[in-house]
Amino acid sequence: MAKGKPGIDIERCKGCALCIEACPEKILKMSESFNRQGQPYTICFEPERCTSCMSCAIICPDSAIRIWRYVAV
Amino acid sequence: MRNEDADVKLVYSMPESLVDRPNHYCPGCGHGIIHKLLTQAIDELEIREKTIFIAPVGCSVLAYFYIDVDGCEAAHGRAPAVATGLKRVHKDKVIISYQGDGDLLAIGTAETIHAANRGENITVIFVNNAIYGMTGGQMAPTSLASQKTKTSPYGRDPADVGQPIRACELLNTLEAPVFIERCAVNNVKNILKTRKAIKKVVQNQVLNIGYSFVEILSMCPTGWGMTPQRAVEWIDEAMIPYYPLGNFRKKESDHV
Ligand SMILES: Cc1ncc(C[n+]2csc(CCOP(=O)(O)OP(=O)(O)O)c2C)c(N)n1
Ligand code: SF4
Ligand code: SF4
Ligand code: SF4
Repeated sequence: MAKGKPGIDIERCKGCALCIEACPEKILKMSESFNRQGQPYTICFEPERCTSCMSCAIICPDSAIRIWRYVAV
Repeated sequence: MRNEDADVKLVYSMPESLVDRPNHYCPGCGHGIIHKLLTQAIDELEIREKTIFIAPVGCSVLAYFYIDVDGCEAAHGRAPAVATGLKRVHKDKVIISYQGDGDLLAIGTAETIHAANRGENITVIFVNNAIYGMTGGQMAPTSLASQKTKTSPYGRDPADVGQPIRACELLNTLEAPVFIERCAVNNVKNILKTRKAIKKVVQNQVLNIGYSFVEILSMCPTGWGMTPQRAVEWIDEAMIPYYPLGNFRKKESDHV
């Protein structure tokens, strides 16, 4: 399975948590601190388990997530 | 674990036609997802320079701040009439009418039905969130039976105000539309199907096939008084049983 990592723009995130539900690996959670909008934001607590499936990014209404995939060279 | 010989490639990022600025939508609002799908389609079809986006009245009234194409604002409900005029004068442009349920099925019912019946070569994207979002959560023509809203505090009573209107089924009684489909954006699988349908309704216009309509069941956590998590479930539990997903009409062109 492909490996990768999410890049989360915490200032864009509104804390809706839709990505947390959508992640099949269950490696996303809400932060305990707040961003400049006063919202909690998503963090990835175990990026090494990310499969770069893009589910979190696809459902994010605020385009706060980018996905990188590791490719062998 | 990361392989030492691995390189890193960006596989998902914002569509180019989506403006890089935070949107004003509430947390978990479906409009943001739909804007992303529409701009992905515009990018893939390479039509950014010839698209005219018509913003409606509703929460997406400022959508032209986010979608980086030419645009026009229509009065509440009038978007299909504005689209008709724009398309008849600018036949080489791609005209996209984006409308909520209050806009498309209440104040704009006449424009909706007649533009479809004339078979105008336009694209209509209908965001059905079963409520008037912008004005604070009043009952819409698509609010479900017994759904509580600001103007139906005891729940919608169909004996009093009629049954919720199914737009796809209604338009499917007309001859002229070439494509009618209902989708949803409440989970990744449904979003991927919506992505295909949005691309199709835009592409049909590029290929001059004719009037194409997509209805998208979309979350309005604020208007529904729900968390975003509960709102995505509510689409499965309450909306989809009444508004079944799927394609209603798909006419292919003779000359493609
Ligand atoms: C002629 C006119 N009548 C009424 C209004 C008030 N109004 C603004 S938005 C809206 C309804 C919005 O609901 P919908 O179209 O479902 O879009 P949403 O906000 O849910 O995305 C209404 C009635 C208006 N702006 N103009
Ligand atoms: S890309 Fe997939 S596995 Fe990785 S964080 Fe997002 S949803 Fe989870
Ligand atoms: S889906 Fe987007 S806005 Fe919502 S919590 Fe996740 S990153 Fe934040
Ligand atoms: S009121 Fe509803 S439709 Fe409007 S931005 Fe908020 S969640 Fe979206």
